[in-house]
Amino acid sequence: MENLASLVEQAQAAIAEASDAQALDQIRVQYLGKKGEVTQLLKGLGKLSPEERPVAGDKINKAKDALLQELNTRRAALEEAQLRAKLAAEKIDVTLPGRGQTVGGLHPVTKTIQRIEDFFASIGFSVAEGPEIEDDYHNFEALNIPAHHPARAMHDTFYFNANTVLRTHTSPVQVRTMETQQPPIRIVCPGRVYRCDSDQTHSPMFHQVEGLLVDKNISFADLKGILEQFLRAFFEDDVKVRFRPSYFPFTEPSIEVDIDRGDGKWLEVLGCGMVHPKVFEYSGINPEEYTGFAFGMGVERLAMLRYGVNDLRLFFDNDLRFLNQLR
Amino acid sequence: MKFSEQWLREWVNPSITTEELESLLSLSGLEVDGVEKAADDFSGVVVGEILTAEQHPNADKLQVCSVSDGNETFQVVCGASNARAGLKTAFAKVGAVLPGDFKIKKAKLRQVESFGMLCAEDELGISDDHGGIMELAEDAPVGADLREYLNLNDTILEVDLTPNRSDCLGIAGLAREVGVLTQTAVTVPEVATAPVGIDETFGIELINDDACPRYLGRVIKGINPTATTPLWMVEKLRRSGVRAIDPVVDVTNYVLLELGQPMHAFDLAKLSGGIRVRLAEQGEKLELLDGSEVELNKDTLVIADHEKAVAMAGIMGGEQTKVAEESSDIFLECAFFEPIAIAGRARSYGLHTDSSHRYERGVDFTLQAKAMERATNLLLEIVGGEAGPVVEAVAEGKLPTRDDVILRPERLNQILAMEMPAEKVEDILTRLGLELSTEANGAWRAKVPSHRFDISIEEDLIEEVARVYGYDNLPVKSPTMALGIEANPEAIKPIRLIRQSLAARGYQEAITFSFIEPGLSKLFDPVNAPIALANPISADLSVMRTTLIAGLTKALQYNVNRQQSRVRLFETGQCFIQQGEEMAQDPMLAVIATGSRDPEGWTGQSDAMDFFDLKGDLETLLADSGILDQCRFEPAEHPALHPGQTAQIIRNDNVIGYIGALHPLVQKELGLKGSVYTFELKLSELQDGVVARFESLSKYPEVRRDLAFVVDEATPVAHLMAAIKEKAGENLKELRLFDVYQGKGVEEQRKSVALGLTWQDASRTLNDEEINDLVDQIVSSAQEQFGASLRS
Repeated sequence: MENLASLVEQAQAAIAEASDAQALDQIRVQYLGKKGEVTQLLKGLGKLSPEERPVAGDKINKAKDALLQELNTRRAALEEAQLRAKLAAEKIDVTLPGRGQTVGGLHPVTKTIQRIEDFFASIGFSVAEGPEIEDDYHNFEALNIPAHHPARAMHDTFYFNANTVLRTHTSPVQVRTMETQQPPIRIVCPGRVYRCDSDQTHSPMFHQVEGLLVDKNISFADLKGILEQFLRAFFEDDVKVRFRPSYFPFTEPSIEVDIDRGDGKWLEVLGCGMVHPKVFEYSGINPEEYTGFAFGMGVERLAMLRYGVNDLRLFFDNDLRFLNQLR
Repeated sequence: MKFSEQWLREWVNPSITTEELESLLSLSGLEVDGVEKAADDFSGVVVGEILTAEQHPNADKLQVCSVSDGNETFQVVCGASNARAGLKTAFAKVGAVLPGDFKIKKAKLRQVESFGMLCAEDELGISDDHGGIMELAEDAPVGADLREYLNLNDTILEVDLTPNRSDCLGIAGLAREVGVLTQTAVTVPEVATAPVGIDETFGIELINDDACPRYLGRVIKGINPTATTPLWMVEKLRRSGVRAIDPVVDVTNYVLLELGQPMHAFDLAKLSGGIRVRLAEQGEKLELLDGSEVELNKDTLVIADHEKAVAMAGIMGGEQTKVAEESSDIFLECAFFEPIAIAGRARSYGLHTDSSHRYERGVDFTLQAKAMERATNLLLEIVGGEAGPVVEAVAEGKLPTRDDVILRPERLNQILAMEMPAEKVEDILTRLGLELSTEANGAWRAKVPSHRFDISIEEDLIEEVARVYGYDNLPVKSPTMALGIEANPEAIKPIRLIRQSLAARGYQEAITFSFIEPGLSKLFDPVNAPIALANPISADLSVMRTTLIAGLTKALQYNVNRQQSRVRLFETGQCFIQQGEEMAQDPMLAVIATGSRDPEGWTGQSDAMDFFDLKGDLETLLADSGILDQCRFEPAEHPALHPGQTAQIIRNDNVIGYIGALHPLVQKELGLKGSVYTFELKLSELQDGVVARFESLSKYPEVRRDLAFVVDEATPVAHLMAAIKEKAGENLKELRLFDVYQGKGVEEQRKSVALGLTWQDASRTLNDEEINDLVDQIVSSAQEQFGASLRS
């Protein structure tokens, strides 16, 4: 009994010196195991008097618990230190770039078309498409542009033969839709269009989005409302919008829309108008019962204004340095 | 059309500024395209008279002139060769300021003093002419301020008129429009009947009176061939963008600009018999005023005499019968041609003239007599002579008619979404020259004036009211509509998801032209003859693409040539193939790639990509649409692709596309060094996906067996796998290829194909025996079909 204190001291010193879990295990066996030195003391209790026994037993058990706790504390400390060392060894340079990253992207024309589609989809328009090689009837005749109409001169048409052309606008899709569907009609028609003209501001191929809304009681005020809202949404800005009389054979009245983005300069951005009764008649819709409006916009022009592109031809060079900027 | 603001203001003079006029015209549909000053700013320039001009003592090309400003005489050194005694010219005195803030000071040129400068037109910003100093009229008042004398404080406006507004292709029409818009009275100058001094006439026959229902002609004899056009007319012509030529032509051009009526004068001596207005004979030849000779088509209306065509009606006069310096007798023509008879004709000869521009849009068919008198008066005043009586040939029944147009107030109000006051409507339409009456039902009946070719239905009147009222003054609202949910088939994969998926895998979308160079088309698709444009913009954009790969390869080449070594592009778009009578226009998707598998990085050198990198991306797309298991790949040939590295993409036995490496010869042709891989398939197939169905999840364990078969190296692994799949029973959940090996341990010309087979039953645990049975069947079947042995 008298050596309990020194035993505890020895054990404590050993714990403090232990450098790993294994050493701690040995210490535990040496002092607290079945044959451990402290355990042995408990076995020697029988030699004591019944009065002394509980007091001494209590002392030994307390010493045992205390050692056990010290062992555990030391073990936790050692584990923590080990983990810390492992973590330190595993440190990497997190500023190095990731592996195999590769970025593609959409063409700015596609992005612009998708934005336009989304604005109109949010008010119930759906997307319609049509052929790019068109017949004269759908590209001109049914849009109230008969042969020899001076408006044909404005179109610089690519021909395959007298009756077959590359569509000069997306308006034929209106006609094709109205031929097969009765109002209400709410469509936007994006796509490639072609004009026989090429310089810094004209490309022989470019994109338009056509829109058509036909229903009962559609008025000029609706046209103004929708297009004003669209332009402000597209440019994410409270642009000034003005409506200017113009002429398209397939709308009456016809309108060109200009915007001013705050620099006092009016820029023409789209053409539109109330659908001409003859166009309705060609497509089998009663113009007395229904009215509607149509609009058409040049996608590249809107993309140029939106993203600050200064040369139309860049859109079709497919130079990755350009495309990567605008993806 | 260009016009002088002053000229317009002679007709109608509202109290508005030039800027206000410009905005007013634009906002009423006559878009102002350009505004410029008639001359640049300058001051201190007067009409000077050269009294003497003598050779400069020290310079061959200079003259020393004495110039009078009316009060004093100045010594001026001048380099212009047309400086001569008696000439009246623009004289910038010392102290004058020329355009560009160029101050005129006393100077010494080669030791001779010069007090001022004699000016050419370009030095005053009047025109680009630097052919010599200005030659002013003999009666120019010496000493007068040049700006005042030439009336240079003027603005030139250019309006871009839409084809429906031919009525504004003259000062008179513009003035009428401005009068309406500003509610200002228009002063229409009186045109007196010109005095008739002789009886002589020249016969007129209208052979094709449908095309020419009215033709007026008159003879004027004894004109002065040396007369000059007065300054005021020259200036008005100049400001309208028309160069003065000779007095007779100038007068006809002037009337065209003033009234919008084209006219023409012939040299009477060169005409024989009389005028016949007829269609040309096919192949008939005519030398035009611009010096070109044309072979006429039989749909072209001509003015002919009894022997030959002398003018292309409504388009251009003939060279042989034009009024020239020696002409003394002329025949003046003024006609109305049906727009439809002129439309498109000029263009078919590559011509476009002020006259054809007006006739094909429509000239007021009641204007000819007035224009004839106006031109005659001007000619008699300028070139003298005596006029014969006007001869008019007319087919009254063939002249255009104007049907009355009804405008219902309720329709007007419905379209404009407002209550337009009746008096406003009446005011606008009346001032536009329409005669209104009221119908029993309250609608207006409008009589349309002869100068308007664009008002025939109710909507045309609605437009007129809206336009003059001002589009910006009309109400704005958001439409209210019945909303319905559109059916949207889930199986159809939206194209934008396909694009997005490719972009996420590192591909950049390209957009290439739909027309390509024929040689390129042949290189990529020698089988389908491309559809050719009749009028291509250039030879290298002359046939429609039959495959996207041609254009995409060019785009790839463009980037490779600009030091991009790793290029991955895709495009979607229509391709065009003639199939008998039909023209197929199918939307396709194509992808092209070259360069390293991964972008350059610090983690190690990346290998060059190969066929299977691209195929993996394609299979991802197919899987994403849910159709990968409907597709298989078979070795195939394609003229532009490597014969050993090309596969057809087959979906349910239909070929939907190709994948492969570009053929080395194609690469060589295009100068591409690194291997290029590409695929193209029908977009509609990729979009045509499936809607997923749930199958209950098995709670019983999976059993996996790995088998390595040794087969002939030429055996397509997909075939082996398909055969195994067939034998593996319905409980096979997965068949995975995990190794293909050739080399040590495998006989020559054989390969080892290692497959992992996973089985699972929905309702019970599979036992070893049945799996062993299946494996045995698989192995013996593989041996039978492919001579496969299990690798030991």
